[in-house]
Amino acid sequence: MNMQQKFFWLFGIILSLLVIASLIGWLLHRRAQRGGGNETIDNLNARIRAWWVMVVIIAVNFVLGRNATVVLFAIASLFALREFITLTPTRPGDHLPLVVCFYVLLPVQYWLIADDWYNLFAIFLPVYGFLLLPALTAAGGDTEHFLERVTKIQWGLMITVYCISYAPALLLVQVPGFSEHGQNLMLMIFLLSVVQMSDVLQYVFGKLFGKHKIAPNVSPSKTVEGFVGGGLSAVGVGTALWWITPFTPLQASGMAAVIVIAGFLGGLALSAVKRSIGAKDWGSMIEGHGGMLDRLDSVSFAAPVFFHLTRYFFEP
Amino acid sequence: MLVQYLLAFIVRVLVGARALWIGCKPSDAVRIYFANHTSHMDTIALWCALPSNLRAKTRPVAAADYWHGGFRGWLARHGFNALLIDRAPGNRDRDPLAPLAQALERGESLIIFPEGTRRAQALPGEFKSGIFYLARQAPAAELVPVYLDNLYRSMPKGTLLPVPLTCAVRFGAPLQRVTDETKEAFLARARQAVVDLA
Repeated sequence: MNMQQKFFWLFGIILSLLVIASLIGWLLHRRAQRGGGNETIDNLNARIRAWWVMVVIIAVNFVLGRNATVVLFAIASLFALREFITLTPTRPGDHLPLVVCFYVLLPVQYWLIADDWYNLFAIFLPVYGFLLLPALTAAGGDTEHFLERVTKIQWGLMITVYCISYAPALLLVQVPGFSEHGQNLMLMIFLLSVVQMSDVLQYVFGKLFGKHKIAPNVSPSKTVEGFVGGGLSAVGVGTALWWITPFTPLQASGMAAVIVIAGFLGGLALSAVKRSIGAKDWGSMIEGHGGMLDRLDSVSFAAPVFFHLTRYFFEP
Repeated sequence: MLVQYLLAFIVRVLVGARALWIGCKPSDAVRIYFANHTSHMDTIALWCALPSNLRAKTRPVAAADYWHGGFRGWLARHGFNALLIDRAPGNRDRDPLAPLAQALERGESLIIFPEGTRRAQALPGEFKSGIFYLARQAPAAELVPVYLDNLYRSMPKGTLLPVPLTCAVRFGAPLQRVTDETKEAFLARARQAVVDLA
């Protein structure tokens, strides 16, 4: 199948699913109205509406091509970093390193993807960013809580810029018989579909069957039943999507399993960060979903792992 | 008009300026918004947080020596419609609050920063007496406390570029009028109303 056929089939399926989801949401809403309304159903409908917006953005971006994808994720990173730093206490002495994060490091990281410069993309933030930021903070002259402040800024930058930038970086992988035909965007769609379906299905399975909490102190909504049921279903979705990827069905299910597990761990770790800061959501940007980082927490862990596995096993 | 919309858009992208109406709702009553002052963005951020129909008749009070001439002067006049006042003590042969009282009489609302100067900290310092005399001259105006969150982190004193954090603008309930209140008691109460929103 060529890229265009894949595109039409895939978006045909996604749109039908969304239409069905919207219909169910509408029926549930009508039934709940008679009983005085229901918060879970309102939240579900808000999520479905946000899903429509996200799918339309990704479809438009698909038509616009490669650079649009890079810009889209750069904007997503910008919002995520903004949410992270907003909730993290900083001092006036951190102003210069923060300005450099937002106006220099973030744009350069994404420019490196657009420029196809993989070698520098992989080490730019972990080496040069890592060394530059504490030097800038030290130059500010404020040594109060120095290590904590430097650590928080670097951690935020690594999660929201470095890790998330691995999703559009899938455009750089060279898989023979696949990448030559410009189909790498499908790898990104595979990653995003599995991650988001895993999030949503874990939520649904957790609501329906959830009993045993995995980490009650960190994230009360994560249950064993939700993780197993939602995770296995998401692996099923990933396997069923093998035809858009260069993988065999078995390889696709393995990749989907890795994405599900990494995404779950990402959600867990970032929940712990939220708890330690004392916030419930990262922001209020996307109705029903919280902030940008609430939607991308699993992506930030799954994208780098998926990228490097694909690169290691499928690039000659 | 176009300049105003553009300015509001840029400010929202840069510092968020999300309005949270906690103690009151947007209204076209004559109001004196008073807030903590931590950065040069404050004036514009508070003004941008208001709905556009209120922006047209709400005038930030700003220092003539800073918002004067060049780009800043142009921005103050055509951008956020500032009411410039002279803070140099030498020129005070007439009442410095007179232009403010006149604006309130014309039915315009004002944005003021009672500390008089910027402070790089979360909580406001002592209020200067200007707000007390202004409140006495305009007994009908609603005194709305406002807390500007995070702007002191976004653009601390002495820096040129704002860090694009999400800054919130919280509007509190209008201050009760108490008859025969001393200046000190009023100023402490007004400051506390801003602190309570922090």
